[in-house]
Amino acid sequence: MTEPSADSRTVVVEREFLHPPEKIWRALTQPHLIEEWLMKNDFKPALGHRFNLRGEWGGVLDCEVLAIEPNRTLSYTWNFAHDDAAFDLRSIVTFTLTPSGTGTLLRMEQTGFRPDQRQAFGGAKAGWQQFITKLEQLLTRQD
Amino acid sequence: MSKAQDTLFRTLADPTRRAIFERLCRQGEQTVGALTARSGVSQPAVSKHLGILKQAGLVRDRQDGRQTHYSAQLRALSPLIDWTSQMASFWEKRFDDLEDLLKRMDQ
Repeated sequence: MTEPSADSRTVVVEREFLHPPEKIWRALTQPHLIEEWLMKNDFKPALGHRFNLRGEWGGVLDCEVLAIEPNRTLSYTWNFAHDDAAFDLRSIVTFTLTPSGTGTLLRMEQTGFRPDQRQAFGGAKAGWQQFITKLEQLLTRQD
Repeated sequence: MSKAQDTLFRTLADPTRRAIFERLCRQGEQTVGALTARSGVSQPAVSKHLGILKQAGLVRDRQDGRQTHYSAQLRALSPLIDWTSQMASFWEKRFDDLEDLLKRMDQ
């Protein structure tokens, strides 16, 4: 199992949906529904179940269910094995559902690291940071 | 720093080379002639820089008759990009699709 280390980083994406938690839970845990918004998969809502998520780009993610609490929390590993450390990713994805007045707040938290990014930009100078930030913006727009 | 990052940093450390690459990013495919006209250096110098960019995978060339067209390969930059920002934009898009799915599930 992947342990988040001191060098790990976290991505958080939150959104409020105007739907009840039970319905969002189905979209997160039923394979044919997961496929519609995320990726092809052989998910089962069972602790310790190992499955793959298959991207349209041909990549395959290795996953294992780490925590499951119906309508509230779902957590699984999200590992992408790659020979090149620049692409290798070890992470854990956790979905948390919280009822709100009008629907549900869905929070996705992904914590992990790429082996070669533990020290990543430590030595980079400000100029490079700026350059990279600009490139990131460019890449985001191109997607 | 990984070898891939090292190569990219070294390739883009030269200001003239970086300017050529940035122009290709902003303006899309260009010929050597068009790039030379605005670079302030000679055509052989521009060709040499393009060769180094190509070796690093940062540009691709395409032959069209007597002209060679160069374009930027943004994917080559991925070793420099923080995975968290890539994933954040990935999840935002997935949440868009989830929202669409939830609407369809109503019916």
